[in-house]
Amino acid sequence: MARKIRVLMAKPGLDGHDRGAKVIARTFRDAGFEVIYTGLHQTPERIVSAAIQESVDVIALSILSGAHLSICKKTMAALKETKASSDIILIVGGTITEADIPKLKAMGVAEVFPPGSPIEAGVEYLKTFFKDETS
Amino acid sequence: MKPIDEIKTELKKWEEKNKVSELPAAESDLGHPLEVLYTPVNLAQTEYLEKIGFPGAYPFTRGIYPGMYRIRPWAMRLYSGFGTAEDTNKRWKFLLKTGNNGVACAFDLPTQMGLDSDHPEAEDEVGRVGVAIDTIRDLEILFEGLPLDQIVSSFNINAPGAIILAMYAALGQKQGIDPEKLNGTLSNDILCEYVSRGLWVFPVQPALRLTTDVVEYCTKSMPRFYPFNIRGIIMREAGASMVQEAGFAFANAIAYIDDAVNRGLDIDAFAPRISFFFATGTQIFEEAARYRAARRVWARVMKERFGAQKPSSMLFKFTGTVGGSYYRAQEPENNLIRGAYGVLANVLGGTQGMLHPAMDEPFAIPTEETAKLALRTQQICAYETGVAKVADPLGGSYYIEALTDQLVDEIEKVIKTIDGMGGAVAAIEKGYMQQRIADEAHRMAMDEKAGKRVVVGVNKFVDKSGKKRKMSFHKFNYQMLTRQKKRLAKIRKERDNDAVRKALARLADEAKGRNNLVPPLIETVKTYASIGEIMGALKEVFGTFREPLNI
Repeated sequence: MARKIRVLMAKPGLDGHDRGAKVIARTFRDAGFEVIYTGLHQTPERIVSAAIQESVDVIALSILSGAHLSICKKTMAALKETKASSDIILIVGGTITEADIPKLKAMGVAEVFPPGSPIEAGVEYLKTFFKDETS
Repeated sequence: MKPIDEIKTELKKWEEKNKVSELPAAESDLGHPLEVLYTPVNLAQTEYLEKIGFPGAYPFTRGIYPGMYRIRPWAMRLYSGFGTAEDTNKRWKFLLKTGNNGVACAFDLPTQMGLDSDHPEAEDEVGRVGVAIDTIRDLEILFEGLPLDQIVSSFNINAPGAIILAMYAALGQKQGIDPEKLNGTLSNDILCEYVSRGLWVFPVQPALRLTTDVVEYCTKSMPRFYPFNIRGIIMREAGASMVQEAGFAFANAIAYIDDAVNRGLDIDAFAPRISFFFATGTQIFEEAARYRAARRVWARVMKERFGAQKPSSMLFKFTGTVGGSYYRAQEPENNLIRGAYGVLANVLGGTQGMLHPAMDEPFAIPTEETAKLALRTQQICAYETGVAKVADPLGGSYYIEALTDQLVDEIEKVIKTIDGMGGAVAAIEKGYMQQRIADEAHRMAMDEKAGKRVVVGVNKFVDKSGKKRKMSFHKFNYQMLTRQKKRLAKIRKERDNDAVRKALARLADEAKGRNNLVPPLIETVKTYASIGEIMGALKEVFGTFREPLNI
């Protein structure tokens, strides 16, 4: 049987707008992924340690406060400090302007979902990314 | 034959002759089927005086004031704040010059969570979605050149709401202004934070106590100030339907009123200062009918449930604002048009004020240019279209009145369901409202994906040319964090720290008892104690909330 993709859906920082995080978490679940939701107000360190504890493949951050550059930088740094860093990819969605997308990718963020991304974009991206492992 | 039966007969003939039953179906935003045509038959049960009546008279379906916009249009405000107090003061002065009525303050997330700008978990968020306030010094700068007796200020803040009120009252004292002259609104609606948006700090019971402390204090000492502004919008923007928004907001309001009444406050002493803040979608007639329905429901709640005597206690006063969640990133200028239709829906619904979102809402906080356009949208509607000339212009429409009746029933059903669960606090603790809202958000997202809910340029008439409008967005100024932290450090060094410690200790002592916390909060903020220090002292006594996790 194919392995299920495991995703940690996380809300870092103080932003509590979780409509998008919850809707996307459900699309992941509907696509057959295993989804763990961190709840609100998480620090990058807590997110990374939860990701390792839950042995996830993906950390999905939802950020609507405009603080995505510094939060992603810290999360990538926390991830790199662990041995699991090469096994976990980081994706991020939220109110991210186009100019910030290359900056996020340069940090090592695997994919960015700016405003206007289709609802199924995350599912499609992850299915493609893990095609070899899960099919 | 009675006239109504005659109409029924003729309607039937008309339907058969024109094969009306074969026409394509349409449904409301809530998913209910709509008839092709509404006639007096739909209103056969609607008693005019009992259900519709006159503007300014019970049950206020047609509006809360007799003349509605004849005297003046709704209050036009833009929700505004970013960076330091200096940055926001400058933007406010620009907006006031452009015709903004008063100021509506957006606080940054650390302030809304009661954290200082130098807190390690705060630094990424300082000054981003609103202005950073650490001590009363920031409020002094924020209102420089804006005397408090000449301005209406609205504060969107809940968990530390009592502290902001204390700072505003203390600033008034410093400016030598009689507290009776302070005019404005504090949102002070913590329950909506547990349901959506998540800017909670304390557990529900002590948070509710702070809410009621503010209500009690304002009722006695700041009679012109609105001590709470119940936020349906927070839940609507998280996904609630228009009926859930009204029903949940009313259930939350009932919980606050119960708490205030249990404390011995006279309902007619504070009920006239209750106001609401709802979101409006782009379904013009349904939204207008929903506001008419909300007025009728709320008037009944106040009169029948709480036994209010004064008509002014029975008014559903509201700020109606186009929900930013209706805006889209694709072709952002389309948001101007969506926004304009939403403004129309608000006016037809009889709004008292609007905080209109700017077209770049999906991306960032507004620039001066887009903020100005948002204000112009309202001004053009008010002064060029004639919609504000006559009270409740849709009243009497068979369709609108039938929709209004139906929405009254649905909103009342939501309130009854929550009553059955033991009230809003119990419903929130069970996660009921949260779950219903997440379900509705998911349903809307799936409908949009399937094309059932049309969004032009997104799932219909999509522009495939790849051309994009070049937009310039509000840019975050990284230097502001340094400036803000420096100011806080200087204050911590220069203030009388002994006085700060004593004030905080007294506050914590009072928090353990049952006295109203606003007076000791006023004394504490005057010592230049910071929001983080004050919230820290209260957390020691009250503890913090643990979030139920459902997706």
